[in-house]
Amino acid sequence: MTGIQSALDPAGVQAAQIHNLWHLFLWVCAAVYVVTVAFFLLALIKGRRRVEPVVDAASERRMTIAVGTGAGVTIVALLGLLTASVATGHAIGTFGNAKLEIQVTGHQWWWEVTYPHAEADKIIRTANEIHIPTGTPILVRVATRDVIHSLWMPNLHGKRDLIPGRVNKFWIEADRPGVFRGQCAEYCGMQHANMALVVVAESPADFDRWEQHQRTPAPDPKTAEQLRGRQAFLSLPCVNCHAITGTDAYATLGPDLTHLATRTTLAAGTLINNKGNLSGWILNAPAIKPGNQMPANVLDAQQLNDVVAYLESLR
Amino acid sequence: MSRKLLLLSAICYLLSCGREQRDLTPPISAYARVVKASPNNPYEGNAYALSQGQKLFEQYNCSGCHFHGGGGIGPALMDDEWIYGSTPAKVYASIAEGRPNGMPSFGGRIPADQVWKLVVYVRSLSNLEPPAAISPRSDEMEAKR
Amino acid sequence: MSEYALTDERELHATWKPATGLLGWLSETGHKPIGLRYIVTAMCFFGAAGLEAALMRLQLSRPNNTLLGPDTYNQLFTMHGTTMMFLFAVPVMEGMAIYLVPLMVGTRNVAFPRLNAYGYFVYLFGGIFIYTMFALGAGADAGWFAYVPLSGPGFSPGKRVDTWSQMITFTELSALVVAIEITVTAFKQRAPGMSLNRIPLFVWSMIVTSFMILFAMPSVMLGSGFLALDRLVATHFFNQSEGGDTILYQHLFWFFGHPEVYIIFIPALGFISMILSAFTGRKVFGYPVMVSSLVFTGFMAFGLWVHHMFATGLPQLGESFFTAASIVISIPTGVQIFCWIATLWTGRLVIRTPLLYVLGFFIVFIIGGLSGVMIASVPLDLQLHDTFFIVAHLHYVLIGGAVFPLFGAFHFWFPKWTGRMFSERMGRLSFWLLLIGFNVTFFPMHLLGLMGMPRRVYTYGAQMGWTALNQLASAGAVFIVASIVIMLTNFFVSRRSGEPAGNNPWNADSLEWSTASPPPPYNFLHIPVVSGANALWDAAPDQPFVTGMRTHRREVLVTKTLDAEPDHREEIPGATIVPFFLALTTTVALWGAIFFAWWFTVGTLLSVIVLLFWFWPKREDVEEHLENERKFTLERGGEVPT
Repeated sequence: MTGIQSALDPAGVQAAQIHNLWHLFLWVCAAVYVVTVAFFLLALIKGRRRVEPVVDAASERRMTIAVGTGAGVTIVALLGLLTASVATGHAIGTFGNAKLEIQVTGHQWWWEVTYPHAEADKIIRTANEIHIPTGTPILVRVATRDVIHSLWMPNLHGKRDLIPGRVNKFWIEADRPGVFRGQCAEYCGMQHANMALVVVAESPADFDRWEQHQRTPAPDPKTAEQLRGRQAFLSLPCVNCHAITGTDAYATLGPDLTHLATRTTLAAGTLINNKGNLSGWILNAPAIKPGNQMPANVLDAQQLNDVVAYLESLR
Repeated sequence: MSRKLLLLSAICYLLSCGREQRDLTPPISAYARVVKASPNNPYEGNAYALSQGQKLFEQYNCSGCHFHGGGGIGPALMDDEWIYGSTPAKVYASIAEGRPNGMPSFGGRIPADQVWKLVVYVRSLSNLEPPAAISPRSDEMEAKR
Repeated sequence: MSEYALTDERELHATWKPATGLLGWLSETGHKPIGLRYIVTAMCFFGAAGLEAALMRLQLSRPNNTLLGPDTYNQLFTMHGTTMMFLFAVPVMEGMAIYLVPLMVGTRNVAFPRLNAYGYFVYLFGGIFIYTMFALGAGADAGWFAYVPLSGPGFSPGKRVDTWSQMITFTELSALVVAIEITVTAFKQRAPGMSLNRIPLFVWSMIVTSFMILFAMPSVMLGSGFLALDRLVATHFFNQSEGGDTILYQHLFWFFGHPEVYIIFIPALGFISMILSAFTGRKVFGYPVMVSSLVFTGFMAFGLWVHHMFATGLPQLGESFFTAASIVISIPTGVQIFCWIATLWTGRLVIRTPLLYVLGFFIVFIIGGLSGVMIASVPLDLQLHDTFFIVAHLHYVLIGGAVFPLFGAFHFWFPKWTGRMFSERMGRLSFWLLLIGFNVTFFPMHLLGLMGMPRRVYTYGAQMGWTALNQLASAGAVFIVASIVIMLTNFFVSRRSGEPAGNNPWNADSLEWSTASPPPPYNFLHIPVVSGANALWDAAPDQPFVTGMRTHRREVLVTKTLDAEPDHREEIPGATIVPFFLALTTTVALWGAIFFAWWFTVGTLLSVIVLLFWFWPKREDVEEHLENERKFTLERGGEVPT
């Protein structure tokens, strides 16, 4: 049952604790089921053999003892499960000092990701992808700009709803590197099905490198194509919604594109980030995600080629 | 009996409310230019387009000058006074071409279908759209703490 | 012999017979026709919702499928949930109760016959309302629970959600009306001698259900009402930034929503008891414990609702209470299951289709109950909430816990309703198809949820690894459809050509089996008297019955609540078309209100006018009424004539 979005394949401390609790519940409940159904089937066999129903006082007394015992065993088992549940809840809910804080803001239908910092020029803004160092407790704060969403990265933790007017928080800690997938888990409208994000857990050294790089402004264009592409970007409707640090694009309606080429997916996990998908997305996003806020754009072949070249250079 | 049922369903389908249709994949149109060919708003009376227009009104900062219809730097949009006309084509032209005294031209900056959505929203501020398509308030003032 | 002759059957029949023609149909106030109407209408909605589910399964059978777009799919899952919960599950249980409770307690009609008719028409018009709007492109699409702000004015344009929230008003009005009638009928119209500890278990389950309806429905009335006001007249109940609260909606909805599923489930527990009793030849083991379990479950159901909100970030301590409550509520149901096993163990089993469906309950529901214990735990729920694991759980408990017993009940009482036996072979076939198809469809969903598939998604990627299980689930749906088709065919065909059933083909115990199949319009020639825990099995050959009631007026015997001692006679209304008109004016008020608030006022004024007709006092012979109110006798007769 391994998978990049599977609760049965824990890669984090909290998910592992939940997984252990799952095993306890699974086996206890399976045992209860097997025993109950066994008695049930036995009762069927006995009942089929009888000629007359047995309702005398002695039999009723025996039945009373049996039902009472069953009830007692059930209560004890349930109390045990309750205790285990509360203990696990306590364990995954409390944490010491988080070394890192990530803010995720839900939009219809993409994830705005911010790594806050006291100094403004060290704040990282990206979208639909988070990187985390392994072995580090991380505080995730979640909020929303529109409707209720739910951030769920099953390999790391259970989900938390993003509720208007509130900032919820939870802690995660990855215990091995890997690339995982999260998905919105609260129905949020037309493209709820296509609102995923990529979670990259990497060694603290790799993470530091990533973090440093994300803090830099967008690289300058190197080729004429890329230069034309940036010009086109800044004069087309792209600037109405997208920001690229280091340029004159600073709108925050859509995802930040500063280091777009470092992200593995586009459109909130819907498409692999490559030239073809990027072109298609720019030309007609609503065809890929009907109802999406990003409109279709009209570019001629040259413009499209240049813009895509520029965006692909944004490492 | 079954023919009557078929007729009934056909009627129901035909009466399909224009108000409730949702155009999720608008046709790719050239950026908004002055319209001569189409005086009619394809989204006239459409609730979904109206709510999209309401969002776009905020996102493109129309509210920066027009506030939420009450006007400020720009004229009020909620009243009966239309300096340049209130028909869909005229409102479209106001948005696409811009107007003297500070109304910027959005033609060439946003797609035509988005302008039409703004048109239907702006007209709804003065109750020129069917009431069933208008939502009385938005949640757009929700703050993120 | 008393001074009153034994009841004149012809005059009794003439007094109680239903009116004919279209006008007669609209004026019907007899509980049996109305009960059957509820059941048939609910099954029509069941079919519609089943179609919606079949379309969804088709869409999900392949990754990135383009059969349905997101808008259609969103409307489908919303309409499926809404229809099943509001237009099928609760009304069908109500319909069964309306038909069976008066017969089981030994009276001639429910306590408020006109209210009964009104409740049915309101339910019917509410269903027609939402489906008409669905056909016109305004199908609700915010989920059957319609969380704000997605369902609020900013994010759900048009009249879709308004339709949804107003449909709730229709159906909850209907449910409240039925709850009132059933409670009063069960408490005040029982046959003499049917003290509280002799009430059939199905009647007890309906009493508990009715009380739950009375307390739960107002909460959703408030929630959907506030939502409608937010959307229509710009209130800010759920607008966070103006002082409202998004979570308030969830609390109001789930305070209703959790008891709602028990409202659906508890009548089914009643069915199981009745059917098991008949096919084991004994009274269900542990009657006092069974009743206490029903009552306890009914109370506890109101203390669980936050388990639907574990992911919203509420404080941990509070959530733990709801974990405890959610786990504890499985104890009374578990005890009931043990009592039923004891009944099976000590009974003499006769295997027929109704019993098969009840046995299916055991196999299926217990899985649902146990998966429920799992998601009662907050940490587990944080992983499993809003995934297909929940879809699996809810279908296991609702289909296993309510639909299997319901279909068993359909087969069980079919001979009583129609006077004919169904085909046992088709019955068994439909049972096995349902058992197999259901498990093939829904068991894989447990795994899908654990593997990360969220709910309410119109598609998924091929790389997720969910394809095979989705295909399996979609394949199983075919068996379910086949099962339903065979069952309905069985009923339609057997209605005309089945073997005549007689009064009591199962040799069951409750009072409805003592009268003809189908029962005459007046139910019993004489109101029966109950002298033991088993109404029929403990009856003497010369069991007493009540005589002296007037046959030229519709009269019922009102008895005292605790011991069912006869108290007085009560005349109840006959056929009248006024409830139909009141339902029409109610519809005008509610349907119009979603477009223009003043329609509500217009509709209310019209309703007031109709109510004048409803309550207008009838010129009556007061003398005759006062003289006869307390005259009745208990005759010890020969064979009770039917």
